[in-house]
Amino acid sequence: MIMTEQKKYDEIIKMLKGYKKVFLVGCGSCATTAKTGGIDQVKELAEKLKKDGKEIVGYTVVDSTCDERLCRKNLSGFKNELDQSEVFLVLSCGSGVQTIAGLVGKATFPALNSMFLAKIERVGKYYEMCLTCGDCQLDKTGGICLITRCPKNTLNGPCGGSENGKCEVNQENDCAWALIEERLKQINKVEQISEFQPVKDWTSAIKPRKVLS
Amino acid sequence: MSLEKALKENKFCITAEIFPPKGVDISSSLNKARTIKKYVDAINVTDNQRAVMRMNPISLCHKLVSNGIDAVLQISCRDRNSMGLSSDLLAAYSFGIRNILAVTGDYPVRNGKMLTKPVFEMDSVQLLDLVKKLERGFDFNGAKLESSPKFIKGAVVNPSSDMMDFQIMKLKKKVDLGASFIQTQVVFDIDSFKKFRDKTANIKSKFLLGVFPLKSFSVAKFMAEKVPGVKVPTKILDRMEKSKDPFREGVEIVVEIINSLKSYCDGIHLMTMNDENLVKDIVEKIK
Repeated sequence: MIMTEQKKYDEIIKMLKGYKKVFLVGCGSCATTAKTGGIDQVKELAEKLKKDGKEIVGYTVVDSTCDERLCRKNLSGFKNELDQSEVFLVLSCGSGVQTIAGLVGKATFPALNSMFLAKIERVGKYYEMCLTCGDCQLDKTGGICLITRCPKNTLNGPCGGSENGKCEVNQENDCAWALIEERLKQINKVEQISEFQPVKDWTSAIKPRKVLS
Repeated sequence: MSLEKALKENKFCITAEIFPPKGVDISSSLNKARTIKKYVDAINVTDNQRAVMRMNPISLCHKLVSNGIDAVLQISCRDRNSMGLSSDLLAAYSFGIRNILAVTGDYPVRNGKMLTKPVFEMDSVQLLDLVKKLERGFDFNGAKLESSPKFIKGAVVNPSSDMMDFQIMKLKKKVDLGASFIQTQVVFDIDSFKKFRDKTANIKSKFLLGVFPLKSFSVAKFMAEKVPGVKVPTKILDRMEKSKDPFREGVEIVVEIINSLKSYCDGIHLMTMNDENLVKDIVEKIK
């Protein structure tokens, strides 16, 4: 899931300065799961904006705002509202915001910040697991991603700052190497990490990436 | 004596560190180096240590070398990618700098705020591999160099790490890649260092024990609580708290640590927070 958080309300108001008629778009996928851009959050934001003098021309929740086909289909039911609106406020990840922006041809702003590719432990507990680097090396490190979970990307062994299994950069986070140690001991593969790991080839992460087939 | 010579002749090696200036005037740093020159075999110059911006250490190392003082250039992976690190290493060599210390670098975060976007394309092991490539006459992409450097390569290790086995595994990689001297993280716990040395007895490199004189009880507390990976035994904290002259007590503690561990290491590395007089004090006391 792509984890998102709602932007500070002040920031949203600031971006809407000079615009009166607003159309809100939520997302039925990740942002609904994260409770940041589902129908409830869309309605809640609409109410707040109304109180601050904005005119809410309409709102909708697209099943997946990152799917252009679904966005087009959903928005086709709002022809009048789209014509009247001055600005679109999208409660989704950046992919969704840009998909909507490409379709409506009007000012389109993000109401959320896209944060990370998350594992959901339970509601309210989300963890970053993957940086989508394009060259997965999880087989080398007991299934724990050092590119994502070690701030220093130390591919050849732990830095000296790990304490009690926690990361020196943020002690609320587990040290990725402590997790690797535990995992590799579990599966009897500790010797695996004594092999030298060369610098990661970032070719697969040259931006922007696409798949065409 | 130079670091290379001291290492070769199996002399008890003494290094200390100084910081580059936070500005453009190098004279004060150079004066510190001149003061401690006769007490040490080489002087490390730190590289934006603790993620605090200062002048590039190449400049100060160059000045030291030009003044007949052997310098160790600390080079961290935080601020430069393969390209930047390579060109700085070549520049350093062209300035007569022969010793380097490869470190990964401290993460640039303070109170939860990112000070600058770090690079960390490489870790310290990969940096030593890069140096080896340059020494063999190739850049990081395998393109041939017109001429190549030859460094005395150093690395770091935390002997008090919770993950001792993995630290040692990483250290082995560093030594395999040519690290001929190891400057350790600050050590306060004598027994854990002895255990560490028992486990690293087969590693063929020179181990310089990292020491840090505690200047006050608050510094001791800071080291114990805020410096990642450093362990300060309660006994030492108590001594610092109760002492009528904590500054002297800190020096005494360091001298005791060095004397207790002399036979477990090949030398010492003094980290005195840019205080050149402390280098002098400590070295005179252990002689």
